Amino acid sequence: MDLKKTLNQINVNADWIGLRQVKETATYRAIRDGNPVSNHKDQSHGMMIEVLKNGQFGYCAINRFDMQSIQFAAEEALVQAESASSYSLSKFSEDARPQSKGEYLSQYEKDSNSISAGELNDLLIKANKTLKVSDKIVSVSAYGIITEAEFNFVSTNGSETNQKFLMITTDFSANAQDGNVLQRRTGGRSGNQIGIEVFEEDRILSLCNTIGEQAIELLTAEECPTGKFDLVLTPDQMMLQIHESIGHAIEIDRILGDERNYAGWSFVRLDDFGKLKYGSDLLNITFDPSVKSELASYGFDDGGLKAEREYIIKDGLLLRGLGGKESQIRSKVPGVANFRASSWNRAPIDRMANLNLEPGNSSYDDIIGSIENGILMETNRSWSIDDYRNKFQFGCEYGKIIKDGKLTKTIKNPNYRGVSTPFWNNLSMVGDESTFEVHGTPNCGKGEPNQVIRVGHASPICKFNDIEIFGGA
Amino acid sequence: MSNNIKINAEEQFNKLAEAIFNDKKQDEFITISFGGERSHFLRFSQSKIRQNGMVHDASLNISLIYDNKKCSGNIPITGDLSNDIIIAKNELDRLRSEVVQLPVDPFAIIPNKVQFSNNINKGDLLSSKNVPDSILPSMQGTDIAGIWASGFIFSGNANSLGQKHWFSTETFSLDCSLITKDEKMVKATFSDSNWNQEKYEKFMNDSKEKLYHMEKKSVKIDPGNYRTYIASAGVSDLLGMLSWNGISEASIQRGQSALCKMKNEKVQLSPCFSLTEDFRTGLVPKFNGLGEISDETLPLIHNGILKNTLVSSQTAKEYKLNSNYASSGEYIRSPYMVGGDLKEEDVLKKIDTGLYLGNLHYLNWSDNIGGRITGMTRYACFWVEDGEIVAPIENMRFDDSLYNFFGNNLESVSEEVIFNAETGSYNNRSLGGTHCPGILLSSFSLTL
Repeated sequence: MDLKKTLNQINVNADWIGLRQVKETATYRAIRDGNPVSNHKDQSHGMMIEVLKNGQFGYCAINRFDMQSIQFAAEEALVQAESASSYSLSKFSEDARPQSKGEYLSQYEKDSNSISAGELNDLLIKANKTLKVSDKIVSVSAYGIITEAEFNFVSTNGSETNQKFLMITTDFSANAQDGNVLQRRTGGRSGNQIGIEVFEEDRILSLCNTIGEQAIELLTAEECPTGKFDLVLTPDQMMLQIHESIGHAIEIDRILGDERNYAGWSFVRLDDFGKLKYGSDLLNITFDPSVKSELASYGFDDGGLKAEREYIIKDGLLLRGLGGKESQIRSKVPGVANFRASSWNRAPIDRMANLNLEPGNSSYDDIIGSIENGILMETNRSWSIDDYRNKFQFGCEYGKIIKDGKLTKTIKNPNYRGVSTPFWNNLSMVGDESTFEVHGTPNCGKGEPNQVIRVGHASPICKFNDIEIFGGA
Repeated sequence: MSNNIKINAEEQFNKLAEAIFNDKKQDEFITISFGGERSHFLRFSQSKIRQNGMVHDASLNISLIYDNKKCSGNIPITGDLSNDIIIAKNELDRLRSEVVQLPVDPFAIIPNKVQFSNNINKGDLLSSKNVPDSILPSMQGTDIAGIWASGFIFSGNANSLGQKHWFSTETFSLDCSLITKDEKMVKATFSDSNWNQEKYEKFMNDSKEKLYHMEKKSVKIDPGNYRTYIASAGVSDLLGMLSWNGISEASIQRGQSALCKMKNEKVQLSPCFSLTEDFRTGLVPKFNGLGEISDETLPLIHNGILKNTLVSSQTAKEYKLNSNYASSGEYIRSPYMVGGDLKEEDVLKKIDTGLYLGNLHYLNWSDNIGGRITGMTRYACFWVEDGEIVAPIENMRFDDSLYNFFGNNLESVSEEVIFNAETGSYNNRSLGGTHCPGILLSSFSLTL
């Protein structure tokens, strides 16, 4: 449909109108223990009509596109804005919806039609067979989720953006059992903006073989020791560490208190920006929507703000928050283009997008070689953090003892806990480009009403000194 | 448009079902699930409005089984019936072209009986236009943040054998946090189907009074083991973990459940602990995605002994068990934990010296197979000495096993069973909630 023409036909007495149309198709294919468990296509298509009146935004989200329905929705959005305007938390002008024009397209080699349903099922069945390296593997699974999304936005102050995405999330898992000992190893449930080239058979089967072998290895592994050790985290766990103990803590809407009833508040305060030493001098965090394959790359946020790379933390110092235009106006803190909605039926709020830890200068061997007595942990399996984003406890699937500069025994049930800024100030080595990996998850939850959104986190491996580490039950 | 969806949702579902099943071909088995909402969401902070809007949403899931192969698709339903029927038939054709490419699903389920149900819960709700003037004035004078959600929710299920179910309800919920100047908080939830302004104002005034105890300076406690009472809202969160790699038979069969020890090694919890799946409240549909209806009540854990796991028909077929018609995800849809003999007025006295935890936050398995859960204390959590509240505590991390807090360390269970409404809204507004009492523990492990 011609969204601009539709916008011009809406007749309501509003100070500003925006139309955000979202069409998304997600195809789920999963095989467990050699049998299909999902061949499902989820289609969603709708539009949010947002209006500004008396300094208050109001919205109405619908999934039909005839002019009568859109006019009705615009009138209903106006009622929402007007009825709320006597109680507005903040008054806005159309400056909160900056004018933007342009396009964004995911970059990939093979489009979503390059693999048939049958071919992908066949590949996932082969993955299942490869995962089952032993009779002690009691259950295996493999899945791929192919998501195509299109976000179109127009507004009465001249915005007109079109963004098309192709994203794929995969995972492979093996559950191993020997008597009462049960262990699970996965591929880390990561997603990227990428094409069907991600389903390259040799790579997937090699990964599945490793997952199966490591699940078996964990059955006889020693329990993770308890005590204070140097800790090395691989990029698939760094993803979670950055997400929970940096990303959410510096969302400006959280700091302003919007999330206090749900996700929580933050230990970071508005006057910390430009002053707080968040981590050691080695900590450099960027908001980077331009990384080619990262899950939350985009050209514009859902308020129309152009997305650009910015340093959030530089040399350990907190410089900028994760806040879109509304939060920047409310807080007077510098932010980024991260005013995002999960779909057409939710209003945008401050979300993480791509939040990355920039590579340092240490090689993998430098980092391992520097440790006399430490633990390496891979792949998240448990996460929990307080509502101020301070006290966290994370667990991983797979660990290794580091002794006298060398990786030694495998350990099971590795966990660690800490407090955010002391933890990041213990960051003592940052891996170089050769250790840098791009990860992402489609499952970040936040907001009321609740929204789940895609985020990306890229990182090298990192070393932290003197961390509290412990094992299982 | 909106009224069209509200008034005609069931009729629309019936007509979609008729059109789709009339199009059924030989040897096909088709199941459809229809769901949607017309919801008003008002988000507030500092007792002022942050965001305010409406969502009209509906979708239809079509599942096709042919030649022991299965696939499904979910499409948006707009309320324009003729167009929706065309889209639904196109989707069915897409499924037909796909299903032949797929491997055989040996555990695809075709129900062996045809069932019917119709459950309509009409409410008396505020119009969205009147919500700000009805709920905001009573909040003034206190910093309150949260979400108002209200409206019509519907769900239907039918299959090509003639089975049909319908469930619709009109509900509202106010889920909020009241906050003191030094950032201590009390949680409050008000939900129903019929708006009563007087009742709401009393609820809000009562909630504000609960802030009194939070005005005292917080005390910091050290990690360690403490006598602890966890109030119903916190117990609800702990029970919620059983729906995630817990009570599911499939999770147990695949070596991925915290209850493997109960099932395989006959480990027991405390005789004080009894948990039932109980649909008698009528707050959630009794039918699952296949249109199967569970028994009104199903004892899960009785006096500490695992009596039943949740077994879907797919799991039953795969592992040669009897189905109890659980949902495909085998989560507890209507949990009810049985009360005990601890009277509310005796709780502080029985704690003597220790902790009163009103709410918990951000729970996760720290060792799923071991049954260990970590999370945080949040909201109204107090240090108690000699049976008296001393002060709120600074938030602490706990990390303890369900085999301790529902097992050896469970000293008693409160008499009063409280309903904790489910106020989540991922994808769409949730229904139902958890009925449970509070629990008194001889020891609870705080770690950070």
